[in-house]
Amino acid sequence: MKSRLVLWTLAAVALAALPPVALALGEPFYVDLVRRIMILAIAAASLNLILGYGGLISFGHAAYLGIGAYAVGILAFYGFTNGWLQWAVAILASAVAALAIGAVSIRTSGIYFIMITLAFSQMLYYLGVSLEVYGGDDGMRLKARSQLGIVDLNDPVQFYYVTLVLMLLAVFLIYRIVNSRFGMVLRATKSNEPRSRAIGFAPYPYRLAAFVIAGALCGLAGALYGNHTNYITPSFMSWHQSGELMFMVILGGMASTAGPVLGAFAYLLLEEILEGWTEHWQVILGPLLVLSVIFFRRGLAGIFYKPDA
Amino acid sequence: MSEGLLSVRQLVKSFGALRATDGIDLEVIEGETHAVIGPNGAGKTTFISQLSGNLRPDGGRIRFAGDDVTALPAPRRARKGLARSFQITSIYKDFSALHNVALAVQAHAGHSFRFWRDARRDEALVGPARQVLEDVGLKDKMHVLAGNLAHGEQRQLEVAMVLATRPRLMLLDEPMAGMGIEESQRMIEFLSALKRRHTMVLVEHDMDAVFRLADRISVLVYGRIIATGTPEEIRANQEVRAAYLGEEAG
Repeated sequence: MKSRLVLWTLAAVALAALPPVALALGEPFYVDLVRRIMILAIAAASLNLILGYGGLISFGHAAYLGIGAYAVGILAFYGFTNGWLQWAVAILASAVAALAIGAVSIRTSGIYFIMITLAFSQMLYYLGVSLEVYGGDDGMRLKARSQLGIVDLNDPVQFYYVTLVLMLLAVFLIYRIVNSRFGMVLRATKSNEPRSRAIGFAPYPYRLAAFVIAGALCGLAGALYGNHTNYITPSFMSWHQSGELMFMVILGGMASTAGPVLGAFAYLLLEEILEGWTEHWQVILGPLLVLSVIFFRRGLAGIFYKPDA
Repeated sequence: MSEGLLSVRQLVKSFGALRATDGIDLEVIEGETHAVIGPNGAGKTTFISQLSGNLRPDGGRIRFAGDDVTALPAPRRARKGLARSFQITSIYKDFSALHNVALAVQAHAGHSFRFWRDARRDEALVGPARQVLEDVGLKDKMHVLAGNLAHGEQRQLEVAMVLATRPRLMLLDEPMAGMGIEESQRMIEFLSALKRRHTMVLVEHDMDAVFRLADRISVLVYGRIIATGTPEEIRANQEVRAAYLGEEAG
C-alpha cells in the first residue's frame, strides 16, 4: 500500500517535471505526445472499470470518446465556448448514451454483449459520418478551444497540467469506487455471478451504474481529446479506437489501478517509436501485443505488485 | 395444520419430455432439518433450484414465511432469508475468505450504491464476517484467498457465506459432495451444531449424514415424493427400501 503511494507520487512528479524539461531541450513535441497519452489513459481507465473490474467486455467504448469530443465541437460550432458548460454537456451526454446502450446490452452476456456494444458504437460512428453540417466523414475543425477562465487550453503546457490533474483524479476516483461497497459487488459478480445472485445481489443495476460511470468519464476524456486534436472526426468512435482502448487496458493489466495508465503509455509510446521506423508498424506491434498478453498475464501492472486479496 | 416456514404445492418442472419435478408437495417446519434424498437423477438439484429461484417452475406454488415467492428471482428470495449453497462449490475464489463472507453480510445490509468508503475496512461488514468465520472455525484462514483453501474448507466457507446472510432457511445442496471420510465427519459435526439454531433443507447423498442430521426425510424418486417421515419411518418404509435404500441398505 505504502509502496504504491510512493510509486504514484514518483510518477506524478516525473509527469509534472516533463514540460519544463522538454521545453528546455527544445522538444515541445513531447508535451503534446504525453498529453495525448494521458487523455487516452483516462478513457482506458474508465473502460477498466467495466472491463477489468466488471467483466463487461465492451467493444464500443470509443463511442463516448466521440460523444464527448462532438459535444465540445458542436457547442463551439454554435458559439458556446464556455468550457465548464461544454464539459458538463460532454459528460452528461455520454452518461445518457451509456445508460441507453447499457440498458439494452447488459441484459445480454458473452459474445452478444461484445457484439451489441460494437454495433451501438458503429451506429454512432455512421451517425457522425452522415452529419454533413459537422463535416461528415472529414470531421470538423474545433472553432475555439474550451474557455475555462482559470486556465488557457491554448497554452500547451497549461493544457498539459489540466490533463495531468484530471488523469490523477480519474484514477483516484476509480480506485475509490472499486474498493467501495459498490465496487465489491461489481468485482464479486465478475468473479462468480451465480454466487452473487444466491447471496442476494441482483447484478443488473450495479453493472448498469458502472457502465454509466465509465461512459461519463470517457466523455470527459473525449472533451479533452477534441481540444487536444483541435479537429473532431467520426474516427474517434470507430471500432479501431475501441479496440485500442481495450488493448491499453489488457496490456497494462485489467482490474488494477495503474494498469490502464501503464497500458496507454506503453501502447502509444510503442506506436510512436515504431511509426518512426516503418510505415508497417502494426506488423511489429501486433505480435508484440500477443507476446505481452501471453507472458504478462496480469499485464504490465502485474510486474509491480500482486493483486489484492 | 398450520403452514410451515416453506410450503411447496404441486410443483412441476419439465425439460422437454422429462418431468424432472412431477407435482411435489413439501412442508418445511420452522426449526427442523429436512433432508431430501433420492437416487441419482431423481430431480433433487432441479427441485432445490426452484426453491432458491435459480429455476422457474412450470406450475405450482412456493410460499416462504407466508408470502408467495414463486415468481421472485433468486436475489430477492435471498434477501428474504432463503439462502442456498451449491453442489459444486460456489465461492469467490479470487477474494480472501474474509471478503467472501463480508460480501454476504453486505448483501443483507441495504443497497450497495455506496461509491466512496472502503468496504474492505468497513467494520459494519468485516466485523460480522470475522465473527461468522470464527463460528465455523475458519478464523485462521481469514486472509487466505478462497481459491487456495482446501476443498473441505471451501465448502465450509460456502456455508459460512450462507450463514452470514442470516437466513431463515438454509438450502444446502450436497454439502458433503467430493469430501473424504474425515472431512465429511467434520462437516457433519459442523452442521449438527448449526441445526439447533437454523432451519435447513438438506439435499444429500451421504446416508450416514442424512440419518444423523435430519429430523424428517422426504424421498424423491423420478420427480415425485414417495414418502416423508422421521428417519425411523423412512428406514422402515417398504416402498422406499424398494425404490432406493435397497441398493445400499439392503
